[in-house]
Amino acid sequence: MSETGKIWALHLALIAALIVAGLVLPAYHQGNLARILVLATYAVGYNLLFGYTGLLSLGHAMFFGAGMYGLGLAMQHGDVSALPAFVIGLICAAVLAAVVALLALRTIGVAFMIVTLMFAQSAFLTVLYFGEWTRGDEGFVLQQATRQIAGVDLSEPTNRYYAALILFSAALLITLKLVRARFGRVLVAIRENEERTRMLGYDCFRHKFLAVVLSGTLSGAAGAAYGLLFGYVGASFTGVQYSIFPLLWVLLGGAGTVIGPFVGALFMFYLIDYASGWTSAYMLIAGAVLVALTLFAPLGLMGELRKRWLRWLP
Amino acid sequence: MEFGPHLMLAILEGAVGAAVLSLTALGLSLVFGVMRVVNVAHGEFFMLGAVLAWFVATALGGHPAVGFVAALVVAPLIAGVIAAAADWLILKRVEYDPEATIVATIGILYIMQQSALMLYGPEARPVEPPFNSRIALPWVEWGENGLALFYPWGFGTTTYKLFVIVAAAALLVAFWLFLTRSRFGLIMRATQLDRETALAFGIPVERVYALVFGLGAALAAFAAVLIVPISQAHYLMGGDPLLLSFIVVIIGGLGSIRGTILAALLIGLSDGIISVFFSPTLAKILATLLVALVLVFRPQGLFGKKPA
Amino acid sequence: MSKLITSRRGLLKGAAAGGLLAASPLVSRYAQAQSSAPIRIGFQQHSTGIGAAYGRWYGRTTEAAAKAINDAGGINGRPLEIVAEDDGTDPKRGAEVVEKFANQHECDVAFGTLFSHVVFGSAPAAGELKIPYFVVSEGHHVASGALNRYTLQPGITDVKSQVQAMAPYVSQNLGKKVTMIFPDFAFGHDHRDFFTQAIEAQGGEVLEHIAIPPTETSFTKYFPKIPRDTEVLYHVMVGPAVLTFVKELGEFFGPSAPAIFGFIDSLEAVDMSSPGLEFLDGTYFWEGMPRYAQADQTEYDKAFRAAVGVDENGASVSDAKDVSTYAHMFGCWETLYIIKRGMEASGYAGPQDRAKLIEAVEAMSAMDEGFEHPQGPKIFNGKTHQTFGKQYISRVENGRMVRVHSTSIEDTFYPDEVDYTAQSF
Repeated sequence: MSETGKIWALHLALIAALIVAGLVLPAYHQGNLARILVLATYAVGYNLLFGYTGLLSLGHAMFFGAGMYGLGLAMQHGDVSALPAFVIGLICAAVLAAVVALLALRTIGVAFMIVTLMFAQSAFLTVLYFGEWTRGDEGFVLQQATRQIAGVDLSEPTNRYYAALILFSAALLITLKLVRARFGRVLVAIRENEERTRMLGYDCFRHKFLAVVLSGTLSGAAGAAYGLLFGYVGASFTGVQYSIFPLLWVLLGGAGTVIGPFVGALFMFYLIDYASGWTSAYMLIAGAVLVALTLFAPLGLMGELRKRWLRWLP
Repeated sequence: MEFGPHLMLAILEGAVGAAVLSLTALGLSLVFGVMRVVNVAHGEFFMLGAVLAWFVATALGGHPAVGFVAALVVAPLIAGVIAAAADWLILKRVEYDPEATIVATIGILYIMQQSALMLYGPEARPVEPPFNSRIALPWVEWGENGLALFYPWGFGTTTYKLFVIVAAAALLVAFWLFLTRSRFGLIMRATQLDRETALAFGIPVERVYALVFGLGAALAAFAAVLIVPISQAHYLMGGDPLLLSFIVVIIGGLGSIRGTILAALLIGLSDGIISVFFSPTLAKILATLLVALVLVFRPQGLFGKKPA
Repeated sequence: MSKLITSRRGLLKGAAAGGLLAASPLVSRYAQAQSSAPIRIGFQQHSTGIGAAYGRWYGRTTEAAAKAINDAGGINGRPLEIVAEDDGTDPKRGAEVVEKFANQHECDVAFGTLFSHVVFGSAPAAGELKIPYFVVSEGHHVASGALNRYTLQPGITDVKSQVQAMAPYVSQNLGKKVTMIFPDFAFGHDHRDFFTQAIEAQGGEVLEHIAIPPTETSFTKYFPKIPRDTEVLYHVMVGPAVLTFVKELGEFFGPSAPAIFGFIDSLEAVDMSSPGLEFLDGTYFWEGMPRYAQADQTEYDKAFRAAVGVDENGASVSDAKDVSTYAHMFGCWETLYIIKRGMEASGYAGPQDRAKLIEAVEAMSAMDEGFEHPQGPKIFNGKTHQTFGKQYISRVENGRMVRVHSTSIEDTFYPDEVDYTAQSF
C-alpha cells in the first residue's frame, strides 16, 4: 500500500473502530469515551500549535472557555438554540485567538508560554468578575430540554456519543489533511527552523497566526461541545490546569502525531479511572506512571511507535 | 479617605509578597537558566518547605523561635536533597529533554501532592512566628475639630512581616555574592553560558545540574519557611508560587538576578496598587494584563539580552 | 399528574403503615430475590482537591451513619453499602463519578457532595441517568430551581435561609451598619445578595461590600476599605487562606475592632486555639451545629458525637488536633436516614423504584429532632427539594464557641422559587 493509502487507512480505521465501539461498549465506557472524544478534540487543536508549529501555549483553556461560555451564555441568557449557540462559541474562540495571536506572536519561546499563561489567567478572572451572568466558579446548568440540534436530543447517551465522534472525526481529518498539505509542512519547517523558513520566502507570521486561530477555534469547538453535550458551564474549565491537560495529553500520546492527542487523552482518563479504583492514593500511581513513561517512552506513545516501527505515521 | 492607608498597606504587603516571591523565583531562574528545563514541580518544593516547617516546629515544641530556626535549616536541606535525587534518578536519564522534563515534573508534582495529603493531611496548619508584635499607627486627618486620629485605619503591620523582608533581602545578597565570588558560582555560570565548553574544561556538568536542581528547590523551601507563619502550610499551596515565579523569571529576563528581583517587585506591588483604584478582582485582571503586555512589547524581559 | 402523585402517596403511606406493602405479591417476590443484596449508595467524596478537609469528615460521618443503620437492621431488611469515589472537588470529575455510580457500580442512589460547583457539574448527569442525587452542600442551587427533579437537598439547609436568619440577631444585638467581606465568586455573591436584602428588611444597611479575589493570599491591604463608622463586620471566606485572613484581621484591628460576625465556614476543620486566633474571642459565628458540646447538650448530639468519633471540642477522639467540620457534616448523617425513610416508605426494591423513592421523599415534611436528626428539627419542602431548619449563633469565649442564639425554623423560610414536582421524571 502506498504511504498515503496507509495513512488514510489507519485514521479511517480508527474512526470505524470508534463507530463500532459506540454500539458495543457498555454504558459506562460509552459515556467515558464520549468525554474523551471531546477532550481529544481539544488536544488535537492544541497539538496543531504545539506539536506541528512548535509554539508551546500555557493558556489554551481560554479558547476552550471562550467556546464553552460563548455557547453557554448565548443559550442561558440569549435563549439561542443549540446550533447557532455552537456557532457563536466558535466565533468567540476564533476572535479571541486572533487577538491573542496578534499580541502573543510578537514573542517566541518561553515568553510566548508566559504571555499566553497570563492572558488565560485574566480570562479566568474575567469569568469570575462577571459573576452576575456567569455565576463564577459555580457555573450554570444548561437545561436538558434545550440541548438538542434538529430534534436530536444530545443528552441521550448514544446521540451524545456520536455527536462527540462527529466532532472528533472532523477535527482529526481536518488536521490530517492540513498537516500533509503545504500549509502543514511550512508549520513544521517553522518549528524546526523559523529563520531558515523565513529566508526561503515564507511568511512565518501569517502561518503562525493562522495556526493559533485554527488551534484556538478547534479548542473552542471542544469547549462548546463539552457544554452542550454534558450540560454544564463552569469557571474551573478556564483554570490553569485545563491549559496544562492538553499539553500533557499531547506529550503522552506523542507530540506532532495526528492520533497522539486521542491516545494521550484516552490513556490519562483511564489511568486515573482505574487507579482510583485500586487505591485512594491514585495520584501517586498516576505520577509514577508519568515518570516511568518519560523514562521509557520520551517521545510519547505514538511518537515511540513512529520512531521504532511506523516511520510513515503523520 | 481610605486612599492613603490603602496605598501604604498595599505597598507594604506587596513588599512582603515580593520578598518571598523573589526567593522562590530565583530558585526557578537558576534551574531554568542553567539547565534550560521547566520544573513544573517547583511549587511543590515550596509546599514541601512549608509542610516540613510545620513538622519540625511541632516535633521540637518549646519556644516558637526554636522550631522556626531549625526549620530554616532543615526544610531547605531536605527539599534540596529530594530534588537532587529526583534530578539524578529521572531528569538525567531523559537527558534534560525539555518536553520529557515537563511530563516527568508533572509526575513528580502528583507524587508530592498526594504524599503530602497522606502524610500531612488536607488541613491548612499554621506555624507560630518566632516573634510577632503588632505595629499600628493611627491615621491622621485634619477634620472639622482640628487634628483627628483614627485607629486603626493607619499604618499597620507586624514585626514578623518586616523581618521577612529583611531576611529575604539578606539571603538575596548572600546568594548574589555566592554566584559572583565563589568557585561554585563561577562553575555554575560557566555551565549556564555554554554546556559543551564547560564539559570540555572538565566541569562535572551532571553533578552541577543535580546541585543546581537541589539548590533551586532549597531556595523555594526557604522562602516557604519564611512565609508559613503568615500564611499556613497546605498541600495545594504550590500552584500560585509556581505560576508567579515562572512569570517573574521570564519578565525579569532569563539569567538576570537583578531582573528577577525587579520583576518580583513589579508583580508584588502592581496588583496591590491597582487595587487601590479598582475593585479587587478587576485590579487583578488589569495587573495581569499589564504585566503580560510588558512582555509583549519587550519579549526578552526587562533585563534579558535580545536574542541574537 | 399531580393528582396521580397524591393518590399514590396516600396509598404508600397507608401501605407502609398497615404492612400492606410486604403483602403485595410483586414486592415480596422482589424482597426475597434480593433480600441479601446490599443497597448501594454512591458516595461522591472530596478526597483530594480543595475540599479534602471536608471530604475526610464527610466520609467519617457517612461511614458512621451506615454502620448505625446496618446495626439496626439496614433498609428494608437489606444492608447498606457505601461506594465512595473521589471527585477531586472538580465539577467535571464529579459528573464522571455520578455516571460511574449509575452505570458501573450499579448504585441505587448518589449522595454526599459539598462544594456547589461540583453539584452544578454533576446534577445534569444525575438527571440524565435518572439516579436520585442527594447533596449535602448548603448551596442555594437546588432551591433556586436551576437543577432537576432527581437532585435533592433534604439533610442540610441552604445558604439563603442561613444568611437571612442571621439578620435579625445581627441588627438587634451587634449593630445596624454592616460591612461585608466575602470571596468574589458565587458563594460570596449569595451571601452579599441575601444578607444585604435581609438586613435592610431589619432596618439596617450594608455600608460597603468588599469582594476579595479567590486567588488572593494576603488581605491586610483591603482592610482600610472598611468604613470607619462600621458597627458590624460580616466575613465569610473559604479555602486554605482563611486562617491568614482571620489573623490579619486581628492584626489590623488590634483592640479597637467593631463587632465581628462570621460564618464558621471560614474556620471549619481549624483548631480555634491555633496561634493568631486569640483575637476572635468575643466575636460571633454562624454554626450549622455547635462544634463544642453545649451546657444543654441533647442526648442526640451526644450519641452523634460518639458514633462519628468526635469529642466535646469537636475534634477527633483519637487526635485532638484533628478538628472536624462539625457545622456541616451532620448533613451526611441526616441525609442517609432520610434516604432510609424514603426507601422504606416507597418499598424501594431496586433502581426501577427510583422515581417512587423521590416521590416518597417529596412527600416528607416535618422531621423531628432525634437520633436521626441530631442537629435539630427540620421542615422539608417537597416542591423545592430543600430542607429548612434551625440555625445557631455562637460567641467565642476563651477559645470555645458558646451558643448564644438559636433561630426558629420560620426565620429561615422564603417563598418557593421552583416546583420540581411539576417536572416529569
